[in-house]
Amino acid sequence: MSKFNKKKSGDMPAVNTASLPDIVFMLLFFFMVATVMRQNTLKIANNLPFADQVEKLDKKDLVMYIYAGQPSQNYKQYGTEARIQLNDDFASVKDIAAFIAQERASKREELIPFLTTALKVDGDANMGLIGDIKQELRKVNALKLNYTTKKGSVFGRD
Amino acid sequence: MAKRAAPEVNAGSMADIAFLLLIFFLVTTTIETDSGINRKLPPMEESDEDVIIKQKNIFTVLLNGKDQLLVEDDIMELKDLRKAAREFLDNGGDGSCTYCKGKKDPSSSDNPDKAIISLKNERETSYKTYIAVQNELVAAYNELRDARAEALYGKPFTEMEANYKDVNWPGNKDKLKEKIDQIKVDYPQKLSEVQ
Repeated sequence: MSKFNKKKSGDMPAVNTASLPDIVFMLLFFFMVATVMRQNTLKIANNLPFADQVEKLDKKDLVMYIYAGQPSQNYKQYGTEARIQLNDDFASVKDIAAFIAQERASKREELIPFLTTALKVDGDANMGLIGDIKQELRKVNALKLNYTTKKGSVFGRD
Repeated sequence: MAKRAAPEVNAGSMADIAFLLLIFFLVTTTIETDSGINRKLPPMEESDEDVIIKQKNIFTVLLNGKDQLLVEDDIMELKDLRKAAREFLDNGGDGSCTYCKGKKDPSSSDNPDKAIISLKNERETSYKTYIAVQNELVAAYNELRDARAEALYGKPFTEMEANYKDVNWPGNKDKLKEKIDQIKVDYPQKLSEVQ
């Protein structure tokens, strides 16, 4: 008779967690695919301004990034004036021509006319620096420009 | 020999490992903001001949070092700039522009093809304000183009452009391109920056 009273009544069966890893893996793969690792470590404050008439920059491999802004907390010895950052280090306006040449050399020749320069500049930087950058870009004939901004109204959220 | 089942591997900790990785990727993920205002810089070589442009066809926007706006010799708030630029571009003073809905004021621009917006800023102007002004001027153009596209093709211009860039859009892209170019001819974006 012991065959029939194996199960004790009133005991809650344990929740089957066998599918939990599957769910977690699903999330994991989503984030692995969606993640873009930062290419550059920023040494500057980079609080982009807002704009709403924006166009999307597709083809990430055809974009050259120029950062500018006030040196961040750890790099206070460089002063409080806005500085340019190319790749991983501070740079001066004169370095831009070399930077563009280097970026162009690393791309296939037929893609060079489609290269766009994205300016990621802190909202508090002044236009003098931007003007210098633009002048320098004109000199090396890198005329396609994109002012990278966050999406939002220009009036609010100041 | 007795047949023995292989002992089952304990997979209970798999979830923990997966969680660990998940949290790592969650923390390192940055959703990149790669959108912005596209501009084209003028080429370096200067043309020798001076182009003569009538003063009434130029809409001057000055931005001073204290982020104040001077539009056509009047102080203006940023919020009024879009409307002022629209009125200037859509004026159609010489009557050659059949689709313009402006006031046809003879002292303002002749037609959208001749109308030029000139933007000048100081070195001390903040980037934030500069972008805001650029944004408003682009918005003025976009609104006019939207209205024109709506009248011609029943679809706003910005939507047409988005469709053109969208790889998955099913329609005929060559035809769409023609339409977009037509709108661009009707309202060419002539925004010059003074160095």
